[in-house]
Amino acid sequence: MNFDYTDEQKALKDEARRFLAAVSPLSVVRGALEHPADGYDRALWRRIGEQGWCGAATPEAYGGLGIGYVELCALAEELGRALAPVPFASTVYLFAEALLAAGSEEQKAGLLPRVAAGELIGTLAVSEGPGVLTPERIATRFAEGVLTGAKLPVVDGMAADRAIVLAAGEAGPGLYLVDLGGPGVARNSVSTIDPTRGSAQLVFAAAPAQPVGQPGQGLALLARIQDRAAVLLAFEQLGGADRCLEMARDYALERYAFGRPIGSYQAIKHKLADVFVRNEVARANAYYGAWALSTDAPELPLAAAAARVAGSAAYWLASKENIQTHGGIGFTWEADCHFFYRRARHLGLVLGAPRDWKRRLADRLEARVAQEDRERQTA
Amino acid sequence: MNFDDSPEEAAYRARVRAWIAAHAPDMAALSAEERRNWHPRHKAIARAWQAAKADAGYACISWPEEWGGAGGTAIEEAIFNQEESRAGLQFTYFMTGLHMLLPALLEHNRDDLSLARVPPAVRGEEIWCQLFSEPSSGSDSAGIRTAAVCDGDDWVINGQKVWNSGAQIADYGMLLARTDPDVPKHKGLTVFWLDMKTPGIEVRPIRMMSGDSELNEVFLSDVRIPDRQRVGEVNGGWKVVISTLMNERAALGSGTGLNWRDIIALARQVPSWDGTAMDDPAFREWLADYYVQVEAIRLTSFRTLSSLSKGEAPGPESSAGKLLWSGTTQDMTDHVLDILDHGGLLDDPGQAAANGAFQHRFLWAPGLRLGGGTDEIMKNIIAERVLGLPGDIRVDKAVPFREIPSGR
Repeated sequence: MNFDYTDEQKALKDEARRFLAAVSPLSVVRGALEHPADGYDRALWRRIGEQGWCGAATPEAYGGLGIGYVELCALAEELGRALAPVPFASTVYLFAEALLAAGSEEQKAGLLPRVAAGELIGTLAVSEGPGVLTPERIATRFAEGVLTGAKLPVVDGMAADRAIVLAAGEAGPGLYLVDLGGPGVARNSVSTIDPTRGSAQLVFAAAPAQPVGQPGQGLALLARIQDRAAVLLAFEQLGGADRCLEMARDYALERYAFGRPIGSYQAIKHKLADVFVRNEVARANAYYGAWALSTDAPELPLAAAAARVAGSAAYWLASKENIQTHGGIGFTWEADCHFFYRRARHLGLVLGAPRDWKRRLADRLEARVAQEDRERQTA
Repeated sequence: MNFDDSPEEAAYRARVRAWIAAHAPDMAALSAEERRNWHPRHKAIARAWQAAKADAGYACISWPEEWGGAGGTAIEEAIFNQEESRAGLQFTYFMTGLHMLLPALLEHNRDDLSLARVPPAVRGEEIWCQLFSEPSSGSDSAGIRTAAVCDGDDWVINGQKVWNSGAQIADYGMLLARTDPDVPKHKGLTVFWLDMKTPGIEVRPIRMMSGDSELNEVFLSDVRIPDRQRVGEVNGGWKVVISTLMNERAALGSGTGLNWRDIIALARQVPSWDGTAMDDPAFREWLADYYVQVEAIRLTSFRTLSSLSKGEAPGPESSAGKLLWSGTTQDMTDHVLDILDHGGLLDDPGQAAANGAFQHRFLWAPGLRLGGGTDEIMKNIIAERVLGLPGDIRVDKAVPFREIPSGR
């Protein structure tokens, strides 16, 4: 048993933190905020691609580094901490993971090496507008090799070269791979609460597409992809939440009121202690998720849901209390606090809201209890 | 990150699980009333179990054999504790002695007679209690007034202690006393151990809001003890206190009692609008929130263990575990009583759901947030020791103890 990063993983994480501090300071995030039409920071994306991070966990056979998922979690934690305005999550946690989980050999061999090299941006298109998308409400359809319908919002939908799209097919919901530069695809940028992560509406009018995985198995496959991404995003949430706490702590030491640092008042101390506890809850669940992800353990669905619920709650609390600790200045456009507040909510929604994941978590707890009951009966 | 047992750990776990299955006392033989902490029958079973563990090398596993331990690792001890709680065997009578006080005794005292008290405690034959808090010093734990005055080779102790868990059944106690009131409060304290049958000690149980009486007041009148029962240096008692308190929080933070499995088992039986309480979306959402927090306590205790096994002392992170555990436990009882609806009122073990365990926990929960360091003290520790925020302004810090103002 080992309940922490190994020394090698810590070294990788430290190196990633130094690298991102140099190439992705908050001024870069501000640039993305001021120019949302760009969708992402191209220079930064190129630098990250050169590091090989896009293929960190991808097997070497597909052009990746194959260094493992705990290492990818460590990178995610640092990317989240830096608020890096790049399509990393969409491309690596969702698109590449979908191909690895269910892509044909041709799809994997054709696309994964380009993803690993940072040359190809991908995304996953699920949502069709406000509210929960239940299977019978999926309006985007696949028939006779083409997709018809619309997806909104699709994170990195403007930046992406390819998308994997959830659509209704003859055998039930399925996932379909589309070339977004191909015929029958129209897209337009949409404004969101976090402009540092560009989003789009994708409209398909008989756009050629290929199935990913078995037709009709789309929902099970999607759940599996989302579980894996949930762990990785939990690390981005953790990195962001930790940084919010550090910002609030630093400000509370510098800012004086009534002749004392505001951090000497218990109103601030106890608030930040609560944030610390929530971050530790997120860290513990994220680490367990990383272990389950890296070993493909049967505990993954439960661990992933727990990591996501804890990560979303921690980042939300840390980002709002960071603004509160900063006082009025924290509410201005000029201060950096709102970047984290926006990203916290963005990350909490991209894979389905916490409400959705709490449902999944309760389902999985019940499943665990049922399984333990069965084991007890056979024993 | 590896949450799997190594092959050696897995083999140890299998051995432990088989041993527990073969030797576990039959708790079902007790009535619901008898199954409660401090009931004489419950206590008798706990003592027999502790002795059986000691004989088999499963008591204080990580302690050296010369003190009655098994010379094992902290990981082995944690594996045993996990298997013990999996089997529903969670006894707390020996925790104060074995987790808090005796490690400090071993660390700070080299006297043969004193150290001879350790092995019987490991076997559950002798129970220890802590005599630190006083009526005028709760969170301000260095503000105690009980005085120990040197008289030849002896010390003569006078004062009053309070909130002493288990003092009514304890054989021995560890006491914090003021030995110099003319220096600032942290610098004039000394720790002693004493036999609870020493003349001049009177124990009076306190009835708590739950109706239980496991906490006590202890009055000390001219209690005379030899200097060899001193633990640590004269006026060096604060160091001893700190090591016991850190151990206490690590033990409390690891979380014992009703868990999410018990809650699901109950919720599956409780009728609700559509099916059972387990089918209620609001309850399910709460359950998810509760689970991630209690799971974090379990997982964080593993990380504390990693540092223990590297020989590091438990750090201030255990304060986060204690804070989380007491708060989530109280919140949990509120939600469980909620799904029971009117039936949540019942607390008679014969009539109430789950033998009234949740109602009993509900009435205990306020104490969890106070004992072992209040929520507020835990938050101060996190803010100051982890986050590096300034300490509170302390008007009593550089003042001789005798000159510190006291209210009521």
